[in-house]
Amino acid sequence: MSELSAQSRPAIGRGFRLQWEAAQDAFVLLYPEGMIKLNASAGEILKRCDGAATIDEITASLEQAFSTSGLKDDVIAFMTMAHEKHWVSLP
Amino acid sequence: MNAAASPVDARTSPSGKARPGPPLWLLLELTYRCPLHCAFCYNPTDFARTGPELATQEWIKVLREARALGAVQLGLSGGEPLARDDLETLVAEAHELGFYINLITSGVGLTEPRIRALKDAGLDHIQLSFQDSTRQMNDFLSSTRTFDLKSKVAALIKQYEYPMVLNVVLHRLNIDHVEEILEMAHRMDADYVELANTQFYGWAWHNREQLMPSRAQVERAEEATRRYRERTDRTMRIFFVVPDYFERRPKPCMNGLGSIFLTVTPDGTALPCHAARMLPGLSFPNVKSASLEHVWFESEGFNHFRGNDWMKEPCRSCPEKARDFGGCRCQAYLLTGDAANADPVCDLSPHHHLVTEATARAEQAPVPAEQAPARTGESPPVEKPLIFRSPANSSTLFP
Repeated sequence: MSELSAQSRPAIGRGFRLQWEAAQDAFVLLYPEGMIKLNASAGEILKRCDGAATIDEITASLEQAFSTSGLKDDVIAFMTMAHEKHWVSLP
Repeated sequence: MNAAASPVDARTSPSGKARPGPPLWLLLELTYRCPLHCAFCYNPTDFARTGPELATQEWIKVLREARALGAVQLGLSGGEPLARDDLETLVAEAHELGFYINLITSGVGLTEPRIRALKDAGLDHIQLSFQDSTRQMNDFLSSTRTFDLKSKVAALIKQYEYPMVLNVVLHRLNIDHVEEILEMAHRMDADYVELANTQFYGWAWHNREQLMPSRAQVERAEEATRRYRERTDRTMRIFFVVPDYFERRPKPCMNGLGSIFLTVTPDGTALPCHAARMLPGLSFPNVKSASLEHVWFESEGFNHFRGNDWMKEPCRSCPEKARDFGGCRCQAYLLTGDAANADPVCDLSPHHHLVTEATARAEQAPVPAEQAPARTGESPPVEKPLIFRSPANSSTLFP
């Protein structure tokens, strides 16, 4: 399992599927016999985890989309948690 | 960016709310036909009386209506769902609709052509049952010779890159093998292992005395699981479903009836839990004549045990009712004769002695022999014979 850094290119973890659910007005992560309902922030981050964008690029994209700045620490903290939970993998 | 997510999982319990949310979990019991004859099966003992199975188009109607209501996790179970030769058609439809599709199988019938066809159709995950880590006990408990077949199927599941859950129902006769079961699962490269202590419904209810472990067995199994977790890298995730008879508070069964779970039996009866058809005085609609929207929001069978109004004391005034919803309605009915009573697993229930007496009897019962029976059909290492799930036993013993 590789170390997480700003240059990591996270992808949705094997065995998980990210999906928008209109009935729940939320992104959800689906996995065998289970589901995690994501809040808006988590959904926005994870939908950018395509295995191509770096965490820096994901952060920039979020800051642009929401006209804000200084999200990097939050994104790294979320990614660290998501990586521990296998929601994302680092190819 | 704070709390990232709230788990919505059959194993956890978000708090209930007045207006029901969507039936997030749809479980289709496609058939009661099954090549196995497990003595702990939760299927109703009178399954032989069930009417004809729904036709393909009827199941497809259920899938479409459920998805429109917001269902997203789909379990295909039974019986053995592979006994349906339209399984691939149903999976393809469900995939098109956006379900996450779980196949819950004994593995019997999961040939390579079918596993490939199911992958092509969009099946997401396979849960494979084992009865034990040993061929002898697996084959005895299922009353079939299936251990070697299941082992081959496990390899096929991995070859076709499905996430694999191994499910092993635990009870008196195999709970001492937890460590070997975990090692077997690890060798098979399982992604998840469910060590599911027997829940006493259906066939398991009738075999309760023979299946009930002793407290020492439960404690050893928990300890073995803890040790195993410690010495491995945890890439294989382990769920230990606690045997609720040994608890002092009930499980939050189904997160409360009619909260997130909807199941349909082979003949089209819609139920708020697998076992709910046993509950007296409730009528449950059939999907052949009722829309799922009516089933979920309007039917008496789904509304009766929503909220707290049905509760009696000690649940009614209990601060914990929002956590456990009074436990399991079916267990309350089976043990006390009244489904509105507190689940007697709760030590606040005036009927808790019914649970402690059952576990006390297990302390006095003969310790299972170390050696599993040598071959299918031999007597189990307890005095009263197990009643195996079979159409013949269903017809003759539970007419």
